[in-house]
Amino acid sequence: MAKLSLKKIEKVYPNGFKAVHGVDLEVRDGEFMVFVGPSGCAKSTLLRMIAGLESITAGELHIGNQLVNQLAPKQRGIAMVFQNYALYPHMTVYDNLAFGLKLAGTPKAEVQLRVRHAAGLLEMEHLLERYPKQLSGGQAQRVAVGRAIVKKPEVFLFDEPLSNLDAKLRAAMRVRLTELHRTLRESGQPATVVYVTHDQVEAMTMGERICVLKDGVIQQVDTPTALYDRPANAFVASFIGSPEMNIVKAKILPHEDGVGVELGGQVLRLPAARAAQLNSRGGAVQLGLRPEHVSAGPRPQGDSVPVPGTLRFVEHMGSEVFVHFTVGDLALSARVPADELHGLQNKTRGAAHEFHLQMQRVHLFDAESGESLLRSA
Amino acid sequence: MSADSMRASDGEGGRPWLRYLALVLVALVMLYPLIWLIGASFKSNSEIFTEVGFWPQRFDFSAYAKGWKTSTEYTFATYFLNSFLITIPRIVVTVISCLLVAYAFARFEFWGRKLLFSIMVGTMMLPLIVLRLPQYLVFRELGWLDSYLPLIVPSAFATDTFFVFMLVQFLKGIPRDMEEAAQIDGCNALQLLWHIIVPLLKPAIVSVIVFQFIWTMNDFMGPLIYLASVEKYPVSLALKMSIGATEEVEWANVIAISVVALIPSVAVFFAAQKHFIEGATSSGVKG
Repeated sequence: MAKLSLKKIEKVYPNGFKAVHGVDLEVRDGEFMVFVGPSGCAKSTLLRMIAGLESITAGELHIGNQLVNQLAPKQRGIAMVFQNYALYPHMTVYDNLAFGLKLAGTPKAEVQLRVRHAAGLLEMEHLLERYPKQLSGGQAQRVAVGRAIVKKPEVFLFDEPLSNLDAKLRAAMRVRLTELHRTLRESGQPATVVYVTHDQVEAMTMGERICVLKDGVIQQVDTPTALYDRPANAFVASFIGSPEMNIVKAKILPHEDGVGVELGGQVLRLPAARAAQLNSRGGAVQLGLRPEHVSAGPRPQGDSVPVPGTLRFVEHMGSEVFVHFTVGDLALSARVPADELHGLQNKTRGAAHEFHLQMQRVHLFDAESGESLLRSA
Repeated sequence: MSADSMRASDGEGGRPWLRYLALVLVALVMLYPLIWLIGASFKSNSEIFTEVGFWPQRFDFSAYAKGWKTSTEYTFATYFLNSFLITIPRIVVTVISCLLVAYAFARFEFWGRKLLFSIMVGTMMLPLIVLRLPQYLVFRELGWLDSYLPLIVPSAFATDTFFVFMLVQFLKGIPRDMEEAAQIDGCNALQLLWHIIVPLLKPAIVSVIVFQFIWTMNDFMGPLIYLASVEKYPVSLALKMSIGATEEVEWANVIAISVVALIPSVAVFFAAQKHFIEGATSSGVKG
């Protein structure tokens, strides 16, 4: 185990394309760090640079206390799990696990011990004599993880390891990997993990901290709850959370009792606590509000304010329902428990309905840059 | 399913014998010369030139015995041995050199790679005869005439560009992340080639071996140009020699020994068939 530190890391391809723009990041010893972002945000490139599979154009990469920019992958003390598992098809599972150790000249007894131990951790002792083509997707994934564990690396690197699995298996593997990280920590072999995914659910459930990337620039690094509650900008706000946060154009105005927000033709009062965070700024902004902070019920909750909406359509998800509606010309959505629909299910498209916005939960972003306008409390 | 498509699939499933009949007929047409050759090896000269059918009147293996002995002081055993002395080293150096060159073209970035590759592919179009004269002069200067070196050494420099081209195409079909995984496991470039790429390329390498074996066994021009002493002749030259220039030719002997000369190539093909067919039909591995 070791900490990982990236200082002003840059990647410029020979054709001049700059993929990574001066990334600064510290991953703590034994931490589970997730890189998340949409396709093309350079999260995989960054991971491959840590692995040594891509060269680093500028900046410094330290694993532990060692500068590793110029070191070959095998000298960096890392192990990597690939999206396509990348198992060696001509070797049995046992040999797949043992290959790296054999190359390093590990004594045979030690190899056997470590392979059995990893196989035990991942409950795959019965698979050791099989060939990769005889494995299911989930089993192959476990073998790929096992291959990383036997090496006892300083840092584990995962490159979208679950994206080839079906939804059910993915959820099961998510839990298994998180458990594995805890188990390794408890057994005195804490593992520093860098995990790349484009799936924000994976990021939120697995990461101890999450690094949100866009176009090769870090947007925010924080714990899952902090990212959810206090996104640094509109991009992070919309990327984290499902369904996506409502982000609409709005205007800050003076209001009879404090500060108001104009939204789709309605002027709504901003609660004093939020207004205080705003630094008395006015004019055009982007307003963000998570769908679960919009309710369809008639009873105002706390600082909720009513807005008249026009129903567009309703998505039934079982225990909850996503309601899509418009306020003026702005499209919004609400996430409502299935038993609090208050007659919405019987209304047709275009029908009027009163929704309530929990104004104490709104986020306000700069209209141009998308930066959060709220000082953290 | 519509009525039309039902009928169509019924027709296909219902009369497979029709398809097999057509296939057998075509196969017979293709194989007839070979069948005739085997039949003719049991015939006398007059029978060969008068009878139309391939079935001989009697099975007489004496032509095989006579053909094997040859009219020279050596038997065909010597000539077969000579053929193998050329073929086997040539296959070894071909596989090693072509693999290394293909690996470099497929996996490494180096200056002028694309240009060099196009030049290499370009040489595939070059008629071999163009090279004969300059090569002969070079080998004469080296003092390699009347030895097997001119037949073997060029292949050690990946001059069989067709094989390089074929291996490069195969290599491109192998997913990169397996090699990256091996790199992280601690392989250097040569270990990667040996432990990961060679096993995955097995079908393609078997194809190279089979092709090179058959082509070298059948090569007539090369040995004809470079070999002068009869004791060094391979099978292809010895066969030609057995069609004597002056006295009347015992065709049955020549034909019998031609049949024997076919055996190694056919045997190699069948031994390698499983991998070879795999190599010819699938380019790469399952991801």
